[in-house]
Amino acid sequence: MIQLFLLIALVGYGLGIFLPLLAHRRPHVQNILAHGAALLGAVGGVVVGAMGLAAEGPYVFSLPSTLPLLRYAIRLDPLSAFFVLVISLVGVAVSVFAVGYVREFYGRHSIGALGALYNAFLLSMTLVVLADDGFFFLVVWEIMSLVSYFLVVTEHEKAEVRYAGFFYLIMTHVGTAFIIVTYLVFYQQAGSFSFEAFRNPSEPLPQGLRSVAFVASLIGFGTKAGIVPLHVWLPYAHPAAPSHVSALMSGVMIKTAIYGMVRVYFDFLGGEFPWWWGFVVLTVGAVSALLGVMYALMEHDLKSLLAYHSVENIGIILMGIGAGMIFQSYGLTQLAALGLLAGLYHTVNHAMFKGLLFLGAGSLLYATHTRNMEEYGGLIRKMPWTAFFFLVGAVSIAALPPSNGFVSEWLTFQSLFLSFQIPDLLVKMMLPIGAAMLALTGVLALACFAKAFGISFLAMPRSAHARNAREVPVAMRVGMAGLAVVCVLLGVAPMVVVPVIDRVTAPLIGVSIADKVLAEGGLALMPMGVGSAAISTPVLGLLLALLVPVAWLMAVVIGGKLRKRFYKTWGCGITLKPRMEYTATGFAQPIKQVFSTIYRPTVKLETELLEESRYFAKRMHFETHIEPVFQKYLYDPVVRSLNAVADRLRVVQAGSLQLYLSYIFVTLLILLLWVR
Amino acid sequence: MIESAVIVLGQAVAALLVSPFIVGLIRKVKARLQCRRGAGVIQPYYDLLKLFRKDVVVSTNTSWIFTATPYILFASTLMASLLVPIFLSKVPLNFAGDVITVVYLLALGTFFLMLAGLDAGSAFGGMGSSREAIVASLTEPAMILSIFAVGLTAGSTNLSTIVHKTALLQDIVTDPPPHLMAFVALFIVTLAETGRVPVDNPATHLELTMIHEAMVLEYSGRYLALVEWASALKLLLFLTLLSNIFAPWGIATEAEPARMALGVLVWLAKVSGLAVVIGVIESMFAKLRLFRVTDLLGVAFILSLLAVVFFYILRV
Repeated sequence: MIQLFLLIALVGYGLGIFLPLLAHRRPHVQNILAHGAALLGAVGGVVVGAMGLAAEGPYVFSLPSTLPLLRYAIRLDPLSAFFVLVISLVGVAVSVFAVGYVREFYGRHSIGALGALYNAFLLSMTLVVLADDGFFFLVVWEIMSLVSYFLVVTEHEKAEVRYAGFFYLIMTHVGTAFIIVTYLVFYQQAGSFSFEAFRNPSEPLPQGLRSVAFVASLIGFGTKAGIVPLHVWLPYAHPAAPSHVSALMSGVMIKTAIYGMVRVYFDFLGGEFPWWWGFVVLTVGAVSALLGVMYALMEHDLKSLLAYHSVENIGIILMGIGAGMIFQSYGLTQLAALGLLAGLYHTVNHAMFKGLLFLGAGSLLYATHTRNMEEYGGLIRKMPWTAFFFLVGAVSIAALPPSNGFVSEWLTFQSLFLSFQIPDLLVKMMLPIGAAMLALTGVLALACFAKAFGISFLAMPRSAHARNAREVPVAMRVGMAGLAVVCVLLGVAPMVVVPVIDRVTAPLIGVSIADKVLAEGGLALMPMGVGSAAISTPVLGLLLALLVPVAWLMAVVIGGKLRKRFYKTWGCGITLKPRMEYTATGFAQPIKQVFSTIYRPTVKLETELLEESRYFAKRMHFETHIEPVFQKYLYDPVVRSLNAVADRLRVVQAGSLQLYLSYIFVTLLILLLWVR
Repeated sequence: MIESAVIVLGQAVAALLVSPFIVGLIRKVKARLQCRRGAGVIQPYYDLLKLFRKDVVVSTNTSWIFTATPYILFASTLMASLLVPIFLSKVPLNFAGDVITVVYLLALGTFFLMLAGLDAGSAFGGMGSSREAIVASLTEPAMILSIFAVGLTAGSTNLSTIVHKTALLQDIVTDPPPHLMAFVALFIVTLAETGRVPVDNPATHLELTMIHEAMVLEYSGRYLALVEWASALKLLLFLTLLSNIFAPWGIATEAEPARMALGVLVWLAKVSGLAVVIGVIESMFAKLRLFRVTDLLGVAFILSLLAVVFFYILRV
């Protein structure tokens, strides 16, 4: 059965690559063909993922290839199945959304190419998490990176999009280089690129090499995931892509890096590590989470804001995984499983709500043709559905109960709190600081989404764009509705989700904790048994839903029938205009000032005074920037020195054919001497 | 089952009925310290009643967020009060949420209040929301850390477990210094979270200084009543946390009517005592400039961090 649905998934995406290219210059047909096929593939993927999670043993399949070292091998174990499920679920919703969204591109860009690349992207991501051979993994990983690059530069007529694409292309290849290093370390000991050999090398890797593999894979996968300080490409590339692709990149593609990390640490390296590995992952996670949300707060381009939030959420995921790794190195396997569970729970949550929010941002872009939040406003009346779905996403990402984000962040908090069981004094004194950073991250995310939702959707329209906005087509609303429903379900039904993720973590850690975590007949999550902290989102949700009408009823009982009058907002005696409203910049100003050591803001104010009277300004120009610290102090020096070296090396490239032939000849001679 | 339901209901009623009294008591203390007679301590009840009966005026700029917020805020704050031990150490709903849940439930209310502040389109509302955001973000780390410091003594962040074990002094590990530091940190957090002097002034309507009052400026009638009542509930909730986490003695550890009645009286005495302290502090200190609040909350953060560190060091 698994074969059948796997075939459906692969054929679906495959058809989606070729069919749209056939219907030349008929964008509507191409649109339907591409996204219909993607939908078929994604539905197949959902079934494959679900079956893979339910199956007893892993499903293995492989084909030989004509190339040496390469085997087309796939293996569907619970970890792969979990990620296939996440990718495909988001894929289903995004494919429906895309049917409406790509109409925006009719006549401007080739829908056939866009659709084909979109399918290739989904296919390559699915294969990345299925690959069972290091070489094959690298091939599909590279395809995924290249295809996403082409998707990023869809609107290549804009200079900033080309810059974003170029930046992304370089960074992703730096990352791939480090992944190659990781696999070469394993290959050197295992003698084969198959994951089975990585898992059980003939003789165990020496500790030094294991640490090399750890660091290289953290950098390699971390570049794709967007950990600080390797995140700099992400806020450029994710927003530059068409919004439905942004949803996939931010929601799903960066999760393939999380998959890679879990695969390497808990599977290949067998879950045995010194404590500092987990500590490094936890620290990187905490710093990424905090800096990600802080930079998000300063963004007024809605899609860049969401991209920075991906950095934040990857950080939160890594905090859970890092805590799990620390526990594992002290032999506290149940807590290790809890930490990993928290990380993976947040992985699926983030995929859903970030997908939803990017689709929401896409809808706003579709309706207003701008990404600048300062030009939105009042859209809740023009686009009530989009507003509602965006609010669901905002509540989820801000981790407010009873949302899904709350469940996974709470589990992360608990993993960090239970660090008091670690025997090492220094380590257990440090982990609560991680919790404090997570708390700060959480509340800043709340502030950021109060800003994003409040400025975009509430009050009066701030521009003609917003005044003329209209609700988006049905297909787009259905896509968002699907993800919103999944978000709500992941929040109020943790008793379903926890056993599923437990099936993933149990083989990796060696203990199953689902029945220990679930208490009160599955209603509550109680990680450490009776008397320990517990949450029950179904009860919280139910009681909240009950108390709201109670409050309403109480008001009616005490005050009688509601008598409501409508009047314009008091504007201190003058008519309130949209220009007087609080802006996103203004909203974030106190935060910018308090954390100015991190932001290093610069303000430029030029005033041109009236000639008749020095008391009146004719024109004012205000500019404020925050310093891009990482680019300025980390990347620019590297780029400068690279350019300098390249300048020096230019002498060898004289452009003369004879010279190049002699280079080849000399190289050949040296090689021959070498192998002699 | 029925017993649990009665206790939950009792908690809700106790919290709802007592909270306006605390507000009245603080006002009375401040009045007496200013050599005024002041209004009676039950004045807030009359205020609420009056507000509930008045018409509401709603701005034409607003959306459903503005009308729904008072109900959501009230419901989430009341929900949070049901998770906190008030007169009985083992709350029936303790499986539904721990102290982190209480923090996040309050954050849910704050989130919608921030949105409502932005909804009317007035600059005051936006200013209030923006300032609430910065105060909240500075208090949250201190709050979580001080909670952790206390939770470590009982090995759990479950409020009922912490209070129950501390009340019986049974299998808890604690030393006075970290406990005291965590108390002071949480007290500062209380002042900030509930909008009291020196962070915010609940009595002001001066544009440039208000935080909470600016956010709710557009509310009137029963909406304002619900918002005010929720604020009073939140204040009571924090005072209850302070008194029952750090000094739970007198609270009923078994669900017996007589002991619970005693628990109610002891609780009333404790929260009233803390309310008097807040009244005195409000009379003694001036409100801090917004960007000086950072220093105060920084102190709270450092204290809570030290509480965690000392907890471990004293155990070595």
